[in-house]
Amino acid sequence: MNASDLLTAELQTAAYIAATVLFILSLGGLKDQESAKRGVWFGIIGMAIAVFATIFGPGVAIGAVLIITIAIGAVIGAMVAMRVEMTGMPQLVAALHSFVGLAAVFIGLNSDLTAHHFPTHAEEVIHEVEIFLGVFIGAITFTGSIIAYGKLAGRIGGQAMILPGRHVWNIVMVAASLVLLAMYMQGAGSWTLYLMTLIAFVIGAHLVMAIGGADMPVVVSMLNSYSGWAAAATGFLLGNDLLIVTGALVGSSGAILSYIMCKAMNRHFLSVILGGFGNTTGPAMDIEGEQIAIDADGVAAALDDADSIIIVPGYGMAVAQAQQSVSELTRRLRAKGKTVRFGIHPVAGRLPGHMNVLLAEAKVPYDIVLEMDEINDDFPSTDVAIIIGSNDIVNPAAQEDPNSPIAGMPVLEVWKAKQVFVSKRGQGTGYSGIENPLFFKENTRMFYGDAKKSLDDLLTRIT
Amino acid sequence: MTPNSALQLQKLGHECLIEAGAGVAARYSDADYEKAGVKVVKTAAALWKEADIIAKVRIPTEAEMKRLTKDKTLISFFNPAGNDEGMEAAKAKGTNVIAMEMVPRISRAQKMDALSSMANIAGYRAVIEAGNNFGRFFTGQITAAGKVPPAKVLIVGAGVAGLAAIGAATSLGAQVYAFDVRPEVAEQIESMGAEFVYLDFTDETQDGAATGGYAAPSSPEFREAQLAKFRELAPDMDIVICTALIPGRDAPKLWLEDMVAMQKPGSVVVDLAAERGGNCDLTVMDEKIESKNGVTIIGYTDFPSRMATQASELYATNIRHMLSDLTPAKDGKIEHDMEDDVIRGATVAFDGAITFPPPPPKVKAIAAAKPKAPEKTPAEKAAAEAAAARKAGRQQVTLLVLGGLLMALIGMYAPASFMQHFIVFALAVFVGFQVIWGVAHALHTPLMAVTNAISGIIILGALLQLGSGNWVVTLLAGISVLIATINVVGGFMVTRRMLQMFQKS
Repeated sequence: MNASDLLTAELQTAAYIAATVLFILSLGGLKDQESAKRGVWFGIIGMAIAVFATIFGPGVAIGAVLIITIAIGAVIGAMVAMRVEMTGMPQLVAALHSFVGLAAVFIGLNSDLTAHHFPTHAEEVIHEVEIFLGVFIGAITFTGSIIAYGKLAGRIGGQAMILPGRHVWNIVMVAASLVLLAMYMQGAGSWTLYLMTLIAFVIGAHLVMAIGGADMPVVVSMLNSYSGWAAAATGFLLGNDLLIVTGALVGSSGAILSYIMCKAMNRHFLSVILGGFGNTTGPAMDIEGEQIAIDADGVAAALDDADSIIIVPGYGMAVAQAQQSVSELTRRLRAKGKTVRFGIHPVAGRLPGHMNVLLAEAKVPYDIVLEMDEINDDFPSTDVAIIIGSNDIVNPAAQEDPNSPIAGMPVLEVWKAKQVFVSKRGQGTGYSGIENPLFFKENTRMFYGDAKKSLDDLLTRIT
Repeated sequence: MTPNSALQLQKLGHECLIEAGAGVAARYSDADYEKAGVKVVKTAAALWKEADIIAKVRIPTEAEMKRLTKDKTLISFFNPAGNDEGMEAAKAKGTNVIAMEMVPRISRAQKMDALSSMANIAGYRAVIEAGNNFGRFFTGQITAAGKVPPAKVLIVGAGVAGLAAIGAATSLGAQVYAFDVRPEVAEQIESMGAEFVYLDFTDETQDGAATGGYAAPSSPEFREAQLAKFRELAPDMDIVICTALIPGRDAPKLWLEDMVAMQKPGSVVVDLAAERGGNCDLTVMDEKIESKNGVTIIGYTDFPSRMATQASELYATNIRHMLSDLTPAKDGKIEHDMEDDVIRGATVAFDGAITFPPPPPKVKAIAAAKPKAPEKTPAEKAAAEAAAARKAGRQQVTLLVLGGLLMALIGMYAPASFMQHFIVFALAVFVGFQVIWGVAHALHTPLMAVTNAISGIIILGALLQLGSGNWVVTLLAGISVLIATINVVGGFMVTRRMLQMFQKS
């Protein structure tokens, strides 16, 4: 059955325009929590219009196989979306990126397999470059996302794996791809394309392997950007404007997120992507003092006396699944008339906005969850700051020690609060592997133990 | 001394005595004191004789000074700068005298800063007295019987008393304006809920840190500008509370006769500086008068005594802190440590010598205003801005030229159909950048999930290739459709799930 007569090419274009507008509205809706809920619907409707317009448009055969394929995909997607834990969100996003990458690779290869006739040589060249580019970006996205997924899900060690001479390797591989592109354009045959695909797979994996766990928010948003560019490249390949527009939207969105994350860590995009920390110029400052531990009774007493409390969650809260306990603590403290707020660092967690989602899941009202810039000035007038599983984002060395690897990174100035409690598993360092002078400050008390267990312990003492 | 502070003093190892009936005005009976373990002594004379440390409020009289001996310590207000006779008497007697008003203004000494405690009371009480003499509400109301505008209150001088007055007046619902010669207090004023009256006068700004947190005299030009501002405000102000004092000088005249004349009848002026001559021209010390145009001017100087219980409580605590600093070992033995900044600063006579004025404290009262590099003049600022704008402009032009060249290059070789797609692409990137900047930080994860779903649009490409005759192509396209569908459905559903969790309190 061929449904090419249901929609003309003009009608299809009209539908694509509608879908484009809906996608833009969908992204624009994310400017606040209330309009975002509507925004998602715009996105869904836009996607439905786009898919139906394509299926019923010219050149697509509708068959039982197609419908079954889509149905299977939809069921799997729905199941994944319902089952995923909010703490597992970073892995899911990374895994989904890999799909877009793989699809882009397949579509590029297909286009090579399908015979084309071009009126001019220029068009043929452009077409070949488009195929190459689409496959190249898609392949990097695919393996990069798989490695990112593995790291985030804990299947692969979170530490940066750095091969000797890795920059040389990267350059050699990119150069080889360029040579293969030249050969492909000279008509050397499809094997050049296949070889380049393999090389791009290796580049993607190698790039992400070299990046440590704390830089994952940047990597995930970068992969997000790549998946967009891959879709845009596919759009050029197929001459489909909707694909181009949507790919460009997603690509620029990911690029901006990466930029925001990098700025929040005061690092250059390149230094994050190429892995490892920037060079430091001297030895780190010695830290004096000792870490003083405190038990749940002590924390409970201090919370009882406090009027204003700021909680700073980090990846440790996600690992310990402690967000429900944090929420319960917040609820009880607020019921006692205390001001409780949350300070969220832009790179807290393993995904941009990770902490916000976890707190929302635990039903912490979003209007008491504030950004770093909104809350940093309030620490001096705060009685108690509670740090739950975050380390580098509250490290005063960023401001005090010019030789620190994280010098200049904007941090939450928790040490200015009258008292600071740090809930932490042990005396280890953060992902960046640097000592945190905060733990040695006079007004800091260490509340050792698994975040969830310590908080539950604390909850029994606060009614 | 209150019964409460007496208990604390006993913990320091001191024995407490009090003159009979001393606490009556503050509603503390002798029985209360006895219950707290205080020995009640019948007469003042006997008390002076028996006690080793005498703590009192007012500057001691000549007769009282005569009762001092070498081994006694006197803690009291003393006005060392204007009380030469008292100083000589202390020197002659060899008594150690600690003047409460000389406690330096450093953080550590705040707990014994009686001037601040008393100023706090005075500021509060000034508002209450003003309200007592003011015929209208403080707070604005809209009632069935008509609309009442809020009272407008101007506080001149935002020291401790001024800030306390701001707090009291705002909590009564008045609209409060406050002025001070030290621009750095603007923040404190605003934090108390009042509006800082800015003066358009840039030449000279005082750094309160240099003078230990107190105001210093200002230049004639500054004064003129200040008075002009007050004249502008006077007709609107229902209540004016003057608290401007400069240490060691007469109070500056800030609320002149003509300003009072401009005020509405029924307005109230409370002059907390009355003891030093008053900030207002018409103030009569210790009296309440009414001007010709019906403005009440209050010049009481005994505000703390009007709130005796509160004042006693605070002063007793200040004295207790002073004593606990004087008895570090908590064994009831005084250790008069002249090396200690606070004790040295407050001691005006020690071991038969006058120790006033004290050397400057080792710790500076307040951190000096941040080294704000030389203030840039408007011209320099404008120049810097222009330079920045030029730089940004140059960068943009360079980018545009480069971009244009690149486009031209592509345009020379690429066919028209490609260029059309390219326009769409470039525009979409721009739209994307504009839209994404507006996304809230908290929604970055949903943003990633939704862009993820949308990038599943690649399904379109796969759909278009399904119809190919080549079975490899069809297979690969089929797989692409499958995984892209997972992406689309999974992405949207998970976004919805996340967004539904966000809720307002």
